[in-house]
Amino acid sequence: MLTKRIIPCLDIKDGRTVKGINFKDLADAGDPVELAERYAREGADELVFLDISATEEKRRTLAELVYHVAEKVNIPFTVGGGISSVEDVGMLLRAGADKISVNSAAVKRPELINELASRFGSQCVVVAIDAKNVDGKWLVHLVGGKVATEVDLFEWALEVQERGAGEILFTSMDHDGTKNGFANEALSKLSDMLHIPVIASGGAGTKEHFKDTFKEGKADAALAASVFHYGEIPIPELKTYLKNEQIPIRI
Amino acid sequence: MKVSIIDYGAGNIQSLIFAFNRLGVHPVVTDHPKLLAEADRVIFPGVGEAGSAMAKLRQHGLEEVIPQLKQPVLGICLGMQLMCAYSEEGDTRGLGIFDCEVKHFDRKLKVPQIGWNTITNLKSPLFKGIEENSYMYLVHSYYVANNPHSIATTKYGETYASALHRNNFYGTQFHPEKSGEIGAKVLENFLNLKD
Repeated sequence: MLTKRIIPCLDIKDGRTVKGINFKDLADAGDPVELAERYAREGADELVFLDISATEEKRRTLAELVYHVAEKVNIPFTVGGGISSVEDVGMLLRAGADKISVNSAAVKRPELINELASRFGSQCVVVAIDAKNVDGKWLVHLVGGKVATEVDLFEWALEVQERGAGEILFTSMDHDGTKNGFANEALSKLSDMLHIPVIASGGAGTKEHFKDTFKEGKADAALAASVFHYGEIPIPELKTYLKNEQIPIRI
Repeated sequence: MKVSIIDYGAGNIQSLIFAFNRLGVHPVVTDHPKLLAEADRVIFPGVGEAGSAMAKLRQHGLEEVIPQLKQPVLGICLGMQLMCAYSEEGDTRGLGIFDCEVKHFDRKLKVPQIGWNTITNLKSPLFKGIEENSYMYLVHSYYVANNPHSIATTKYGETYASALHRNNFYGTQFHPEKSGEIGAKVLENFLNLKD
């Protein structure tokens, strides 16, 4: 049976992980390769690296990082953050990334999704969508959720599927950072209307939240950052809990 | 041991190279028929779309070369699918090494299937030391139905062939290079096959 995926997300700046990490036995807590290896050993099903560097030069640092991650890590990983062209994607895939995620650039120029899918295949194109509930309407936001658009989450999700996305990574800006649980109502609606997998993001605080997003939110995968980085929820413990809750999970 | 990875411009092979490096093997990436014929093992990778991948194989003059290889050959994901007779994807005629067809998953399922699923009915030295119901990483929209060449099956909607074997040819629908330690064991077993 296909299992639900647990995906730790690492924020990267200038080739280093940004958020503090409390893993004591890491020689260098800021080294994304060591952290990635550790998550893979602990049973993470995939990894996401989100680059928050801004300049071209730093992007090349990102490709180098991807190369070093691929060298050491034997599970799939996605790279995202500021990707806006076929060239960006080609460079990251050649360096060893399995998938890439696009966000703002796809909203600004939706044809990018078609170009990436036809050039590299839908299986490696994840479209990340940040949205916020504004007066009862889920609106897509850009630039890490800072800039509002008039684009409706559900219409946009259908469009990106149509254009060839292989997967959708949905982050609720209302839930992100709250640790109060995922946006399960919107997730469930997305999952029902789409025929591509949906990754839930934003709001993880407890093990129950993961169970809820798989059961109520019908998510295919769940992504989180701080609960893993700060060791609040160890991955092996989370996966054992979910398995006991009758959720298909790889242990 | 000399391992050659078939180079026909079909996507990202860096993680495959690294997976062999971790086993102490340094593959050559080539489309040269002589280098392929001389290798101890040949890997036939593939991501992307069947029709355009098959066209690239022809451009590189590999359509005749691959079926004539005599050493163990491992097709991975689309590589395995292209070793079949026919694929619905792009209405594509394949290499015909495995006498079976590649079909699209039931439209009621989430497609692509992305993630970790179990392999069962393991029937090959390729799976030596690997337990039934081990998890492998898969990402695909098309599948090969269960058939006499199957050496592993996986259930997604129906139970289908997640690995194939005929003579010196092997194929895995899953990505051993992305399937953790157990996937690495599959690659190691492939290197250790008796010719």
